[in-house]
Amino acid sequence: MTPAALTDLPLWPPLNLTRDPLVPLDAGERRRFVGPVTRVRLPTDATAWLVTRHADVRQLLRHPGFSADLTRPGFPLLRRLAPGALGDRRGGFIRMDGAEHARLRRMLTAEFMIKNVRRIEPLIRQTVDRTLDDLRDAGPPADLVTTFALPLPSMVICHLLGVPYADHDFFQERSRTLIDRDAPPERVRRHVQELRDYLQRLVEAKVAAGDRTDDLLSRLARDRVDTGELAVDELVGMAVLLLIAGHETTANMIGLSTLLLLRHPARYAALRDDPGNADALVEELLRYLTIVRTGLPRLATEDVEIGGQLIRAGEGVIAVLSTANRDPAVFDRPEEFDPYRAAQQQLAFGFGVHQCIGQPLARAELRIALVELARRFPRLRVTATAGRLPTRHSSIVYGLGELPVTW
Amino acid sequence: MRLRVRVDRDRCCGSGNCVLTAPEVFDQDDADGLVLLRFTAPPPEVGERVRRAADLCPAGAISLD
Repeated sequence: MTPAALTDLPLWPPLNLTRDPLVPLDAGERRRFVGPVTRVRLPTDATAWLVTRHADVRQLLRHPGFSADLTRPGFPLLRRLAPGALGDRRGGFIRMDGAEHARLRRMLTAEFMIKNVRRIEPLIRQTVDRTLDDLRDAGPPADLVTTFALPLPSMVICHLLGVPYADHDFFQERSRTLIDRDAPPERVRRHVQELRDYLQRLVEAKVAAGDRTDDLLSRLARDRVDTGELAVDELVGMAVLLLIAGHETTANMIGLSTLLLLRHPARYAALRDDPGNADALVEELLRYLTIVRTGLPRLATEDVEIGGQLIRAGEGVIAVLSTANRDPAVFDRPEEFDPYRAAQQQLAFGFGVHQCIGQPLARAELRIALVELARRFPRLRVTATAGRLPTRHSSIVYGLGELPVTW
Repeated sequence: MRLRVRVDRDRCCGSGNCVLTAPEVFDQDDADGLVLLRFTAPPPEVGERVRRAADLCPAGAISLD
């Protein structure tokens, strides 16, 4: 494509620092991007097809003719990466396809299944109680993000994996770098390596310790590494993935959900008075807020027609979850937040074989966190105006940098 | 005629959507977290939720006839 034609294409993701944090795309952006499959320019100056409708996103993410492997030539990256920036990719099954992906994911499916997450609900409750005590002691006023929204999922995933929470400053900073599209490529490369080195030491200690401890990484070391099914380097890659995915996502959902509920005090009060509706509320929060707003990139490995557009092998596509979740063909009055709608068709966790493996954990954390917050802090309110809230606008996982509250 | 349900454990990715949607019909295997069927011909009153579970399955591992 000629340079002139390239600059005529709209840039995805759009840069917009004034957008309300609760609105994934404003009205003008929706007109530009939402509809049949269209061509966009990426920050790397590559082009890709943008897929925005619910049915099309589902078809794309479930189709075996699209790859999630970002090392393939032509993969539609959302940022420039330094050569070798992602380092050793072993174990990082979110970026693998087919049998290679299934082999690693299936070592974890039992760990995160619904009945196991029910078993750990007491741990989640204890952690919610403890972090809400910290919030109470920190203020008023206090920053809800640093005292509650981030520590809660971070402590839970550390406990499950067997990672010392005392190291949270180290791994939280590196996690943020990894998912920040504006982070300098050299810093990304260094932070990936430091996180891998840290988890490598931890995993090697667990392998050496044998069966004395009972956490997810120790179980994998004992049941899979010792038996020769899994290499230590693969377990390290899985640990990196689980540690990042386990706290960045839920933390940002708790922050944004609190902002949304507090804007309409009746909704916040309803959470306290009608906790039986909390499951439905959480689904609607997932639909409405959809924190992976830049979409899921894929590379076509065969010719496939999506939404009337022929996508050729070798072309990049972006599946936009936030627009699929506001598709009027599936959700009535999609721009309205309605805690009583049945939002189960929401695609915030993605779709296809890569759909979030930790979703039962995320749902339980969100439900318990929000119900307990509303119960213990009935007079909670936000002290900053919306336009002044720092946002993670360049992150692959959108969220608030802080949320100043008082009570 | 009663709905008949089939599950494909080779396709299943263990997301648990089916268990969340129709727990009377679907379960997850303690050993590997993959789908298990409690009934192949579930009672009519859960038919709608079984259809929804099939629709929500991210891997397309549930089929109905």
